[in-house]
Amino acid sequence: MPQVSLTVNGKPSTVEVEGRTLLVELLREKLRLTGTHVGCDTSQCGACVVHVDGESVKSCTILAVQAEGTKVTTIEGLAAADGTLHPMQEAFREYHALQCGFCTPGMVMSAIDLVQKHPNGLSERDIREGLEGNLCRCTGYHNIVKAIAAAAEVMHGKRSELARAAE
Amino acid sequence: MNVVTPFEGIGASVRRKEDLRFLSGRGQYTDDIVRPGQAHAYILRSPHAHARIVKVDTAAARAMPGVVAVYTGEDTAKLGSIPCGWQVNNKDGSPMAEPRHPMLAEGKVRHVGDQVAVVIAETRAQAKDAAEAIEVEYDVLPAVASLRDALAPGAAQLHDNAPGNVCYDWHIGDKAVTEAAFAKAHKVVRFETTNNRLVPNAMEPRCAIGDYDPTTGEHTLYTTSQNPHVIRLLMGAFVLNIPESRLRVVAPDVGGGFGSKIYHYAEEAIVTWAASRLNRPVKWTSDRTEAFVSDAHGRDHVTTCELALDGGGKILGLRVATQANMGAYLSTFAPCVPTYLYATLLSGVYATPTIYAEVKAVFTSTVPVDAYRGAGRPEATYLLERLMDVAAAETGIDRVEIRRRNFIPTAAFPYQTPVALQYDSGDYHTTLDQALETAGWSAFEARRAEAAKQGKLRGIGISTYVEACGIAPSAVVGSLGARAGLYEVGTIRVHPTGSVTVLTGAHSHGQGHETTFAQLVADRLGVPMSQVDIVHGDTAKVPYGMGTYGSRSLAVGGSAMVKAMDKIVEKGKKIAAHLLEASVQDVEFERGTFRVAGTDRTKSLTEISLAAYVPHNYPIEELEPGLEETAFYDPKNFTYPGGCHICEVEIEKDTGKVQVVNFTAVDDVGRVINPMIVEGQVQGGVAQGVGQALLEHAVYDESGQLVSGSMMDYCLPRAEDLPNVGVATHVTLCTHNPLGVKGCGEVGAIGSPPAVINAVVDALRDYGVRHVEMPATPGKIWSIIHAGAPPALAAE
Repeated sequence: MPQVSLTVNGKPSTVEVEGRTLLVELLREKLRLTGTHVGCDTSQCGACVVHVDGESVKSCTILAVQAEGTKVTTIEGLAAADGTLHPMQEAFREYHALQCGFCTPGMVMSAIDLVQKHPNGLSERDIREGLEGNLCRCTGYHNIVKAIAAAAEVMHGKRSELARAAE
Repeated sequence: MNVVTPFEGIGASVRRKEDLRFLSGRGQYTDDIVRPGQAHAYILRSPHAHARIVKVDTAAARAMPGVVAVYTGEDTAKLGSIPCGWQVNNKDGSPMAEPRHPMLAEGKVRHVGDQVAVVIAETRAQAKDAAEAIEVEYDVLPAVASLRDALAPGAAQLHDNAPGNVCYDWHIGDKAVTEAAFAKAHKVVRFETTNNRLVPNAMEPRCAIGDYDPTTGEHTLYTTSQNPHVIRLLMGAFVLNIPESRLRVVAPDVGGGFGSKIYHYAEEAIVTWAASRLNRPVKWTSDRTEAFVSDAHGRDHVTTCELALDGGGKILGLRVATQANMGAYLSTFAPCVPTYLYATLLSGVYATPTIYAEVKAVFTSTVPVDAYRGAGRPEATYLLERLMDVAAAETGIDRVEIRRRNFIPTAAFPYQTPVALQYDSGDYHTTLDQALETAGWSAFEARRAEAAKQGKLRGIGISTYVEACGIAPSAVVGSLGARAGLYEVGTIRVHPTGSVTVLTGAHSHGQGHETTFAQLVADRLGVPMSQVDIVHGDTAKVPYGMGTYGSRSLAVGGSAMVKAMDKIVEKGKKIAAHLLEASVQDVEFERGTFRVAGTDRTKSLTEISLAAYVPHNYPIEELEPGLEETAFYDPKNFTYPGGCHICEVEIEKDTGKVQVVNFTAVDDVGRVINPMIVEGQVQGGVAQGVGQALLEHAVYDESGQLVSGSMMDYCLPRAEDLPNVGVATHVTLCTHNPLGVKGCGEVGAIGSPPAVINAVVDALRDYGVRHVEMPATPGKIWSIIHAGAPPALAAE
């Protein structure tokens, strides 16, 4: 069986997988990181979104062996070591952007990538279009959109603070 | 300090207790559970809608790597039928047709997705590989995939004991009185419509794990369920013959239900049974493609109706004939959806003197149909609210005015309808006025004109509705055919040092019970929310319960908790009276403190609980130690949330695409415990209602194949399909439960579809359109705008 070496949430792992094993199966079944969910089998729902080398990826849509040598971040790896939530996690809680919680990990991971790709800020339309690959059946998206807009301000605010500190 | 702040009690938008685990990836959904040594099941499903099984050859599959066992209907034929929980009778009083629903097909398959065999292997992939090696020889029979095909003379028969594919032919109301009303009508408005079939599509696919301990004989089922005790009862008593004492059902975090996870499904029985045969845990996880052909679907009615009006636009009577699709087998609650949850609501918010409704339930070669968010009430509301708009158009009376003229007056409550229900409270004029104001109804024509300048068609639509939820009084539903009681159970366990555990039979799968219920305890007992934990979803922990559906968790489950807290306070007063050397009658309780009336002599709840568990100075002769109380609450009536939804749409002429540009919901859900959660529930319900109106449709072709059978083909609403949804509430209290609450889980999906379609029809008013069927897809709208297209497309 092929071996895959990758770093997940800062921890290096080497795992034996079948050739057909998907990255999401490696995460859930081999590493027992069950925060990443599987909601469909056609790459539509986005419940499985993780970051691979900083980019959001549907982990049901790549093979585990394709992740060789990458750095993967899952929902479990977002909060700081002291438990402080990422601003996106905090905003989802504050704005009631989750109900059943099943789409939430993928939604949060996609949202972070979306905000990072819009350093100059996002409009409501940008957010709604940017969520094209993530389905939520509970919230009607209203509060998800609000949470992402709020988190974007915090994330970019922090960024500029950091930038200022660097100067 | 352990203090309850005003920000935690009833009426506060407290942030949810459950969010931290969901946001950290620490939720525990059924598929996240791994039992030691678990094997994996894969279910081979029928590719045909209707066929005789000539032969199933499993020899090759058994020889595949990792295969533990292969079972077919021959192995499970002696087990019970997947039961139906509700019996509806025919017009002549005879019972409905109730065919056997086998765990695995026995000689015949009746819908695409019917389970034919199960393979159990070391890994899921091995089970799936082996299933492909099973050879099934089918003798394909004609499908009856639609109501029309199933009812056609000479149609293929799905079940031997359901002649003509009819499950039941039922009616309600007074036929003669209704005919008399029509005889004196000034005008009769006729309307026909189809309520489109939907697939619930909770984001978490179903999953079930069976486990068995041969040393104790205890079976455990972990399952994605909205009601674990109901599953224990149905599966234990009717399918597998396991006593409740030996069967534990756990429904941990569940990723959305919307009705589809109420029912007892064959897969639950298969894994529970197989685990005990194999002496090892067996897990089955549905994939999405499988979910489309095995989760119960919703809606699917074809209805004709007539409204009798007098010269002033007042309703004299209503006549309705509905055909309802049951699918191939009777799912748990299927028979009651188009009868007692639909036809009983046909008076709506209107003072209709007489109603006669007939409902024919029909078996078809499709997935079973059962309750989906709203269950019967969306179908009734859609019918009435489209009918009112058609009546307005045909009488020339304004759409709002004709509704006002027929509203049940606010002073008329309690109001007895001619179709069994008695509404306890409501205020339809105020919710209407508030919605008209918020939506800017009176200034709409300016917005229409502005849109026209941009080349767009703009329309506005209204829906005024009432629904019946908080189900339900056991004696009433029992008389109507329910095979269960519909009370709820709550236990309040005050621990020695004052923290509280609540055990509830309600189940949370997105509703935020862990927060709302903790608020009830904080408000009543004065215990801070941080010290209140809610336990649900495990029959080994919670004494009993009927689960969550029909917006019943707070109205019924919350009321049980209040009753149990009353008992805690009553016992606490006796303990306090002893400790304070006062008479029980003189002890008062408020927010965590027992006080001798008019004095400063007090005991905190914590002092009382400590005394109850360390009863050194205690009225031990009269009172048992401990501070834990359980209550069963059986509601006295349904609850009746109502309100007004207003939708505004814009249509692009070139594409026919409908965009919802404004949505206003003003709902009366009774007392609001957590406004943030109520808003979220309404927004989510509206999203599903907009989905039904514009996007979603489970389409079967004539051969019984589900054409829209994946998320690529079945159009779920995405973020850019939906608007922001403005939600407001206007409260009239429920008069018969201790909290005054009515329920908010389904109102969004009930009130919204007709508001959307009324807006679409309004936008198309210059095209001579009387009605557009759901979903109002771009294709249908484009055909209307660009006349000359085949009418079949517009009417589809």
